[in-house]
Amino acid sequence: MSENKFNYFINGEKGKWEVVIGLEVHAQVLSKSKLFSSSSTKFGAEPNTQVSLVDSAFPGMLPVINQFCIEQSLKTGLGLKAKINLNSVFDRKNYFYADLPQGYQISQYKNPIVGEGEVILDMSYGTKKIGIERLHLEQDAGKSIHDMDPENSYVDLNRSGIALMEIVSKPDLRSPEEVNVYIKKLRSIMRYLGTCDGNMQEGSLRADVNVSVRKSGDKKLGTRCEIKNVNSIKFMQMAIEYEAKRQVELLESGKKIDQETRLFDAKKNVTKSMRSKEDAHDYRYFPDPDLLPLNLEQSLVDKIKGELPELPDEKKERFIREHNLSAYEANILVSEKEISDYYEKVIRDCDKKMAKNWITVELFSVLNKNNLSILNSPVSAKNLSALIKMISSGKISGKIAKQVFEKMQIEDKDPKKIIEEEGLTQQSDPKQLEKIILEMLSKNQDKVTQYQSGKEKLFGYFVGEVMKISKGKANPNLVNQILKNKLK
Amino acid sequence: MSNISNLSLAKLVHGIKKKEFTSEEVTKNFIKNSENSKKLNAYITQCFDDALKAAKKFDANKNKKGLLAGMPIAVKDLFCTKNVKTTAGSKILNNFIPSYESTVTSNLWKEGAFLLGKLNCDEFAMGSSNETSFFGNVKNPFGENLVPGGSSGGSASALAAELTPATIGTDTGGSIRQPASFTGTVGLKPTYGRCSRWGIVAFASSLDQAGPMTKNVEDCALMFQAMSGHDEKDSTSVDAKVENYSSNLSEKIKGLKIGIPKEYRVKNMPKEIEDLWKKGLDYLKDAGAIVKNISLPHTMFALPTYYIVAPAEASSNLARYDGVKYGHRSKGNNLTEMYENTRSEGFGDEVKRRILIGTYVLSSGYYDAYYLKAQKVRRLIKNDFDKAFGEVDAILTPSTPTSAFKIGDKKNDPVSMYLNDIFTVPVNLAGLPAISVPAGYDKKNLPLGLQLIGKPFDEQTILNLSLAIEKRANFHNKYKIWWDK
Repeated sequence: MSENKFNYFINGEKGKWEVVIGLEVHAQVLSKSKLFSSSSTKFGAEPNTQVSLVDSAFPGMLPVINQFCIEQSLKTGLGLKAKINLNSVFDRKNYFYADLPQGYQISQYKNPIVGEGEVILDMSYGTKKIGIERLHLEQDAGKSIHDMDPENSYVDLNRSGIALMEIVSKPDLRSPEEVNVYIKKLRSIMRYLGTCDGNMQEGSLRADVNVSVRKSGDKKLGTRCEIKNVNSIKFMQMAIEYEAKRQVELLESGKKIDQETRLFDAKKNVTKSMRSKEDAHDYRYFPDPDLLPLNLEQSLVDKIKGELPELPDEKKERFIREHNLSAYEANILVSEKEISDYYEKVIRDCDKKMAKNWITVELFSVLNKNNLSILNSPVSAKNLSALIKMISSGKISGKIAKQVFEKMQIEDKDPKKIIEEEGLTQQSDPKQLEKIILEMLSKNQDKVTQYQSGKEKLFGYFVGEVMKISKGKANPNLVNQILKNKLK
Repeated sequence: MSNISNLSLAKLVHGIKKKEFTSEEVTKNFIKNSENSKKLNAYITQCFDDALKAAKKFDANKNKKGLLAGMPIAVKDLFCTKNVKTTAGSKILNNFIPSYESTVTSNLWKEGAFLLGKLNCDEFAMGSSNETSFFGNVKNPFGENLVPGGSSGGSASALAAELTPATIGTDTGGSIRQPASFTGTVGLKPTYGRCSRWGIVAFASSLDQAGPMTKNVEDCALMFQAMSGHDEKDSTSVDAKVENYSSNLSEKIKGLKIGIPKEYRVKNMPKEIEDLWKKGLDYLKDAGAIVKNISLPHTMFALPTYYIVAPAEASSNLARYDGVKYGHRSKGNNLTEMYENTRSEGFGDEVKRRILIGTYVLSSGYYDAYYLKAQKVRRLIKNDFDKAFGEVDAILTPSTPTSAFKIGDKKNDPVSMYLNDIFTVPVNLAGLPAISVPAGYDKKNLPLGLQLIGKPFDEQTILNLSLAIEKRANFHNKYKIWWDK
């Protein structure tokens, strides 16, 4: 644990500056069909093969709300401990672009489906609550492709109309690291809920980052700039660092910050002005007359609430309480749904503490080395569980277990089979062990004398010799016991 | 055989079912009338070959069922029709052929009808005279120099001139009722949500509603029944039961209370219209109705409210016509230039005017003063009607403040053009059903209509009241065919 006190400030020439960050996260709703049409949302299909007449805005086509997407956003809202608005409205956000077939995006402006909520971050300096301002549903636009042809641009409408949840945080974040933890936490919550796959490479999760700076200790927020559409945590962090420094330099040289929209250029690691506030679009929001206001029944919200899975925060509390894990340990296990799923499968049938150790130490190092996610773990939860059970019942030593684990990585087999095949069963017959020990001691009379005259460190040497002779199969507990007796 | 043209839709369907004539004979008759009607300019697209094929197919089939069995029907060119060009009267959709069929037209075809052609209309249904169509203005059978009204002017003209046995239009602020009034025909704007908007080129989504246009009230009930119904593809469509409007049709209206709103006595209303209104009252009284004076105090705000709400929605609805996906595309050196050229060349003046107005009233800084206020006033207008319907069963007003005017008369004066919708617009803002029924003539021998406004989803009552007026007014079309060759 390196730091335990928050210390992210920009040190300017004229003092310390605090960085204030708010995020607008666009999370693609996990659903089979789009927000207002029945087209598929599957990623990676041939361009323009998942486009209905509604998605491409043919004359006379009308949107019909996808009830599943509503439920997904309610689920997410409840997962963020947020206020659910039973009455919300879909508005049209009007602007022209070639990948926006309707000439407007259906979104929620004044009356979003979800109101204020919160996300808890576990930072090295303690937990921190990040406020959620709102969550609303909206349609995604299509994709413009400008680099396929020197003269023409292409438009792929497969994405057009896919449901997005825009999750707006309060300006509560203070460092790139907090942004990192916030995004991961948000992503984790949605993956636990099954409402967004959080796949940043495929664009399922992207964010607009609002950054401002203020003198450390100031209460008033500075003028912010919005960095549009950043699609990786690393880029968000780079963009924030650059942008905060840029703003500090401007302010310290007596200049003002212009409220504007900027773009992050990852190649050059700079943010660039995209449009100023004066050039900002007038989106002419108004309620979409093709859709009735969305009026939900409290009973639906209650039903969804009753069916919510255990979320990372609650799971963590439970692991601490019931499994005797430290907050740090529990955090690692709940950070990703797949890890906690794996852990919970392993512990069905074996010691929890050992399971935690094996997963976070042995398994994670294998996964890291091979750049694998736990979903693609070479060792299944069931087999790892069996291995741990054999250690705790004394069938094999920790050392043998590690050998078996090596073999399991090559072939995900029941460890019992590996032990049989390789002849790795532990020697636990006291008579046999006694024989080995007596033999060893007789060969090391000099050391026995030294030991008995007070050089107790030599005990480890004797154990090691026994292990060498038994090729590591001797039961270490028994060896200890017998050795102690014989050396009295 | 020679009298097929002047038979009503109901009689034609009856005749076909009784095998008095075939669908092919009926179809040939209307094709012939249509072919001889070029001077009316009622059609944008004619589907005569396909209609004839459909008629023959119908005749070959033993099954003669359906409310509209064997009927060739031409429809306003705002309804998307599968594999048939659909223009909305605009250059920007001049080459647009939908791959789909609107719900309302599908409903007609399910009842045994088939498409005869696509009828001219004001561009994107924006207009009251059919002069804004890219395909030229439509003429009124009642006079070569007269407008047929709008925006469903092609439909009204074709119907009055017997080019189609019945038709459908759309009504956003009076676009069915006003042309019906100008051509001596019956036009019904149903309750908002009664007919699906799916597949209808949108003008103003919260006001648009499709409806029937027919020669008489009986036909109106028949068409209305055929086209109505809930549609899951339209979120604003209402799941209300479709009644058997034609068999329930009855002029027994004894004891119904009819409201006369004092606010509809507008300044400078021609005396003939005032007289017609009184006559209408007398007809209803004669049939046993009770007349009550009522007040709809916010009526005077309806027109300005409408001209904020409708253009606002239109400015957004028409954003999709950008030349990228379908329709007319002009050249440009970059995307913005292509948009600008496409939309400058593709849209006519009235459409541009409304896009500009709509964009303005939604702009930040103006939204509250215009759009938001208009929505509040719209609510007050609706409340006026709700209150009135606590006392009366229907409301009687004139359909229009004038009879058909001359082509070109109001073309350069949009406000005086907009004023022509003063009696029809409040109904759209309130989402109510209303019908225009021909009730007499002015001294120029031009038809005049009366409007009956009903409670939500109570189209039956206004149909019945219209029938009572129709029987007593004994209205007959008095034009002489001038467009034949």
